Amino acid sequence: MAEMTLKKKRPKNLDLMTIRLPLPGILSILHRVSGAVLFLLLPVLLWLFESSLASPETFAVVKSIAAHPLVKLILLGLIWLYLHHFCAGIRYLLLDLHKGIDLESARLSSKIVFAVSIVLTLLIGVKVLW
Amino acid sequence: MVNRILVGAHYGLKDWVIQRATAIIMALYTVIFFAVVLVVGPDSFAAWRGIFANGFMKFATFLCFVSLFYHVWIGIRDIWMDYIKPDGLRLLLMIATATALVGYAGWAVQILWRI
Repeated sequence: MAEMTLKKKRPKNLDLMTIRLPLPGILSILHRVSGAVLFLLLPVLLWLFESSLASPETFAVVKSIAAHPLVKLILLGLIWLYLHHFCAGIRYLLLDLHKGIDLESARLSSKIVFAVSIVLTLLIGVKVLW
Repeated sequence: MVNRILVGAHYGLKDWVIQRATAIIMALYTVIFFAVVLVVGPDSFAAWRGIFANGFMKFATFLCFVSLFYHVWIGIRDIWMDYIKPDGLRLLLMIATATALVGYAGWAVQILWRI
């Protein structure tokens, strides 16, 4: 019986241009994209971390790099990616514990993730970068 | 003829648990780190260096780095498994990822223990 249902042809729509992703879906793909981008930037981030700790001179170099407005914007973006990954990750941990798995709560919690991560990004960004 | 289908239990369960355990370690570290930065307010080299010269923070940072690299391994490996279908290319990317992460781990140790 189960096999019969599985063999049944189901309608499939994988046209990315016509799919309207709901907010939890956007959260999910951003969770993956943010992780991937942060992974790709690991060598740069480790280099910045190393330079900031190596000597007063290299610390000053890092400070002057971070003082550039464009770099600040990029760093703000990275802080947001990190915090999105962080907040969405906590949401997934709660979902693992079967907290908030009904549709209404899942939609609400994805809104909370976006709101909290953006507000935290602005707070931390202003505190650290400006 | 043995016609065994290779779908068993527990495949990936260990990684699933480790992905979450490392996430919790990094989340706790993130909170501790921002709390320390708020208290210390490191605007000089000496103050910034002082944070990681502290024995607890050095160990916690090291633990966070190890968790990060293992967490990244599981996540990036999942991405290769989802999108890269040719076996050779997928294997190559996995090896490159693992190699890079082991290298980063050595680098992180070097950064922290030179302080």
